[in-house]
Amino acid sequence: MLGTLIQQTVNALTIGSIYALIALGYTMVYGVLRMINFAHGEMFMLGAYAAFLALTLFVGEIGAIGALGLTIAFFGAVVAVGFFGVGIERLAYKPLRNSTRLAPMLSSLGVSLTLVTGIQILAGPQPVAFPSFFPTTRYDFMGGTVTSVQIGILIAAFVLMFALYTLVNRSRMGIIVRAVSESRPTAQLLGINVNLAISAVFFAGPLLGAAGGILYASYYGIMSPSMGAVIGLKAFTAAILGGIGSIPGAMLGAYILAFVEVGGTALLPLITNGVLGTEYRDVLSFVILILVLLVKPAGILGEPVSEESMVYKREF
Amino acid sequence: MSAVGISQSPKPQASRLVALLVLAAIAALVAATPFLPNYHIRVVNSLLIYILLGIGLNIVIGYTGLLDLGFVAFYAVGAYTYALLASPQLDLHLPFLLIVGIAAVLGMITGILLGIPVLKLRGDYLAIVTLGFGEIIRIVVNNVDWLTGGPKGIARLDKASVLGVEIARPVEIYWLLLVTVFLVGLFVWRLERSILGKAWAAIREDQDAARGIGINTTNAKLAAFATSATIGAIAGTIFAASQRFVSPESFTLQESVLIVLMIVIGGIGNILGIVAGAAILILLPEMLREFAEWRILFLGILMVVLIIVRPAGIVPRSFGPEKLIRGLFGK
Repeated sequence: MLGTLIQQTVNALTIGSIYALIALGYTMVYGVLRMINFAHGEMFMLGAYAAFLALTLFVGEIGAIGALGLTIAFFGAVVAVGFFGVGIERLAYKPLRNSTRLAPMLSSLGVSLTLVTGIQILAGPQPVAFPSFFPTTRYDFMGGTVTSVQIGILIAAFVLMFALYTLVNRSRMGIIVRAVSESRPTAQLLGINVNLAISAVFFAGPLLGAAGGILYASYYGIMSPSMGAVIGLKAFTAAILGGIGSIPGAMLGAYILAFVEVGGTALLPLITNGVLGTEYRDVLSFVILILVLLVKPAGILGEPVSEESMVYKREF
Repeated sequence: MSAVGISQSPKPQASRLVALLVLAAIAALVAATPFLPNYHIRVVNSLLIYILLGIGLNIVIGYTGLLDLGFVAFYAVGAYTYALLASPQLDLHLPFLLIVGIAAVLGMITGILLGIPVLKLRGDYLAIVTLGFGEIIRIVVNNVDWLTGGPKGIARLDKASVLGVEIARPVEIYWLLLVTVFLVGLFVWRLERSILGKAWAAIREDQDAARGIGINTTNAKLAAFATSATIGAIAGTIFAASQRFVSPESFTLQESVLIVLMIVIGGIGNILGIVAGAAILILLPEMLREFAEWRILFLGILMVVLIIVRPAGIVPRSFGPEKLIRGLFGK
């Protein structure tokens, strides 16, 4: 029993870390632009494909993947996706900054569609086996099994989140981003370079999302062009649960969601006597989303803001 | 809005000519379709169903300025209502028109139940909640095998009949759809010009100002969402009656996105734009079958480009049904 508990806790922490990395991108973009970026799930997918590409290149060059090759592939892929995110913002969202709120969301939907189909054409629509980034070893820990992949995911996610947290709270760039997130017009009036802040967010968000994608793909050993859709929805739920716009909130929400999901999936067939099986796992996160909206729409750590104050006026 | 556009138009004669040409083209297509081979009539039928769906979704996206990414869920509600109430599955065989009524009410109730928690609080979450809801409906339909047949779906649905006339052949479905599209289109067009429609436009343009002049924005949004859901459900019943088979495959997220694309490309908030958008999205793949994947890629890029360069879509907003009527009868 204890073994199962530990096992499930580690599973939840692993999947929660991946949700957190993606949720951070949603929450930061929502913070500065008040837009839901539907193409964010695709950054997650691109991360896995970019890393796969980098790995196959290294295999071709060196013959075997060493620790150095893995590190370069990982960071090369996430930085590349980060720059890609900045480019997409410039091309598809920046021209729409002063139009209706619907326009950038529709544009991101178009970007998402383009990226999924683009990868489908380039790499084929079928799922591809993904090489593990960590050598797989199993450790028995008080009756539960923990794999080295899970430990690696936890460490990588914690390091990335800690780095982001430090950057946002301690660096000058972090102050700029937080100021723009607080109020874009005021920040602009104070002479803050709003474009720089937005670019920073569109670099960091996709970078973390891509890292999440690589970790996810090496955890399950598989990647597909459509992998971003459902995970994106869940990460967004996590961001709302924690309080959208709040960075610690996104992390907290992601872990809560993961625990509810793992626990719920294990308990659901027991509670309902087998009527509702594990296939309802995705339904669970959606029910949480609705409940949060009904009970506490600001989320756990979000500030209670009314909808009006979130609306930017068009400049005439 | 459109009326002003016409009186200010620099060349009223030219625009009248365009209106007449468009009307003549539509009339010719409508009249010629019944004489086409069955396969072509089926394509036209699917075009008409998408126009119906587009008209429904456009109320939320075009008129009210909210994004609904799970519209297909209401379509599924309608289709499965027909499949359950007119098939051997539950051994129920209710008349078609009664089921259309039941489906419309069910669609409206689903829309209101889903809309209340979202629209009351944060309208901008609608997109993500509807996206989730669309997926949930599909997962549930896929897994409740005893009721919906699971992934296998429900087959051998009854033939529809309206007032004693059996409607089963593609041509008959075509007439049914044509009448429905016309009636729904007329209803929605009138609705857009009603006081409720003006409230929707006010919310779309500036929610704070709309609230300031005393519009209950929550109720107006709910009304838009419920009306759109009702139309989606009606389209679903006709779809089920024409296919006489339903399965979860017809109700994927991609389908929802396709309808959004149709609206954005044709012209947000414009009924004629939807007809154009549907024609492009449904007829194009019929002609370019071998480029199936490239087509979606192209449409995705086109969507981004259009929103940036020409947010009103390919059909200008001033070119609405009013223009056609004026073109026909003069000023």
